[in-house]
Amino acid sequence: MTGKIDKFCLVGAIAALLALIFPLTGADPDTGKMVAFVGDIPGLAVAMALCVIAGAVFTWYGVGNVALASMLLLVVIFGGWQAIVSLDDYGIGGHARVGFWLFILSLWALVWRAIDVLAKYRTLETGKQQAAHLLVPVAFGVWLLFVWQVVTVGFGVPQVLLPPPSMIAERFTGSIPILWADFHQTFIKAVLSGYVMGCGSAFIVAIAVDRVPFLKRGLLPLGNMVSALPIIGVAPIMVMWFGFDWQSKAAVIVIMTFFPMLVNTVTGLNAAGRLEKDLMATYASGYWSTLLRLRLPAALPFIFNALKINSTLALIGAIVAEFFGTPIVGMGFRISTEVGRMNVDMVWAEIALAALAGTAFYGAVALAERKVTSWHPSFRVRR
Amino acid sequence: MTLKAVVNNVAQMPVSKDAVVDIQKLTLTFQTADGPVYALSDVDLTINRGEFVSFIGPSGCGKTTLLRVIADLEKATSGDVSINGVSASEARQNRAYGYVFQAPALLPWRTIERNVTLPLEIMEMTKAERVKRAHDALKLVELNGFEKKFPWQLSGGMQQRASIARALSFDADLLLMDEPFGALDEIVRDHLNEQLLKLWARTNKTVAFVTHSIPEAVYLSSKIVVMSPRPGRIIDVIETRFPKDRTLDIRESPEFLEIAHRVREGLRAGHSYDE
Repeated sequence: MTGKIDKFCLVGAIAALLALIFPLTGADPDTGKMVAFVGDIPGLAVAMALCVIAGAVFTWYGVGNVALASMLLLVVIFGGWQAIVSLDDYGIGGHARVGFWLFILSLWALVWRAIDVLAKYRTLETGKQQAAHLLVPVAFGVWLLFVWQVVTVGFGVPQVLLPPPSMIAERFTGSIPILWADFHQTFIKAVLSGYVMGCGSAFIVAIAVDRVPFLKRGLLPLGNMVSALPIIGVAPIMVMWFGFDWQSKAAVIVIMTFFPMLVNTVTGLNAAGRLEKDLMATYASGYWSTLLRLRLPAALPFIFNALKINSTLALIGAIVAEFFGTPIVGMGFRISTEVGRMNVDMVWAEIALAALAGTAFYGAVALAERKVTSWHPSFRVRR
Repeated sequence: MTLKAVVNNVAQMPVSKDAVVDIQKLTLTFQTADGPVYALSDVDLTINRGEFVSFIGPSGCGKTTLLRVIADLEKATSGDVSINGVSASEARQNRAYGYVFQAPALLPWRTIERNVTLPLEIMEMTKAERVKRAHDALKLVELNGFEKKFPWQLSGGMQQRASIARALSFDADLLLMDEPFGALDEIVRDHLNEQLLKLWARTNKTVAFVTHSIPEAVYLSSKIVVMSPRPGRIIDVIETRFPKDRTLDIRESPEFLEIAHRVREGLRAGHSYDE
């Protein structure tokens, strides 16, 4: 024993013990009988018993190392699986009562302790350390989905309000062709082209602004004003100008992404220190040579900031712009029509797709940043 | 080495008298919101080929400004500055000098080698030539083996040596150094001073060196220029007679102490403390 008791495991053990005693479900209003008993669900009963045992043992001995934490995590995973299965297969969904929720509470306490230990894991072996670093956010995400699933099913939340993740996943995997078509229309056609055009033109204008001082005074306030325009005001106009297809969405994205890129690049171009500029002057380095060798590299952290901000802005812009007229394909179009048809699971599938695409896009830009500006103090590693 | 030997040595040294830097009646005034600041006033100075000239004075005396004027990083308000017989601006365009700043000013995204080849790239030398010159320059400052490191992986003293290698890489005859060792501790500074002297003796470059350390100035220089502030002006020019291959031991010799004393007197005379 470690000298003091592990409170999280204690909560886990007691909650699981009480879960075995308190009623698992309420009565069915039609038959007046209890929907299910723990004793009738062997898997769930075993999981609860395991939680009691594991909780009690670890309360006393503490979760001392990663191996023990992993064991605890396995117990929780088994428990979570049984909870979901019993919700569906034994009709607990919509009728869950104190006993069931106490079991969820027990799982919560135990997983907290397990992840806590894993998050504090430190080793010099890079592979293991990276795995540990990766496990924590993954576990966090999975737990969130689990809670979402049991709460929506357990309380019988109407699907129009919030469908459980399992239903969304089912719809997602069942509609891959539609989702792919929407993704192709919105992301590959509109977002990527708008992003490249918006960021690229802003970059060129930033160089021009830097080269010609009066442009700075004239163009920056103008850019500021354009970026302040409400997207829902601009989008219909862009649809009128550039038509229903992806071009109008790309135009909206150009408007949204232009200003962050412009401001950041202009700021970045002034990031090089006076000393370094003097140094280039002593070599009689010309404007373009200094720009290429000193000022652009120094501006890269700023430019990547803008690229990261814009990667998420671009997707939002495209989806919102599709609400204002589009051919019958596209993520924004699908969301607006499926909401109208009360197909909320499809809306959520599109939201999941948007989240995936947006995260992947941002991740790709962040990865490129890490590669290109590995010299920057925020990424430096001693080699 | 005795005083007599030193004097004999000096007598035997070939004295070349062609001026590398020639400054006549230089005045520089900065216009600021609080009124004009007289940074330099009526400065006359000649630096001959092969000399090691130190500028010493309290902060604000314009010694760095004077160096920056020679480098064409500041424009004189009036007076003439000629480098190798041409104007400072032309000299800069001709890449007549290598400049070492107070801080290393190495670009963090370039390796040490590519930092040293930076001026060579700008001067459009071939890749093979650049690599060879970087190799030679890094060898001069004893940094070979660190070519592929990044600046932030090196200590402060090594970074400053790399910046000296960069200034040496394109083989300019004139080396302008603005308190290059000011931020380093005394042990590293002594070591770099020795290395710098060896380099000077070997390459026969002309060096203009700004410092606020009296021992450093006396130890390194063949000529010491003592300056005073408000307005910045030259109040004494002291020629030293130590041989080029001097060692740190001369710092205990009577001549050394005598010259240091004269520098200190000059600084005291030029600086009124009751302001």
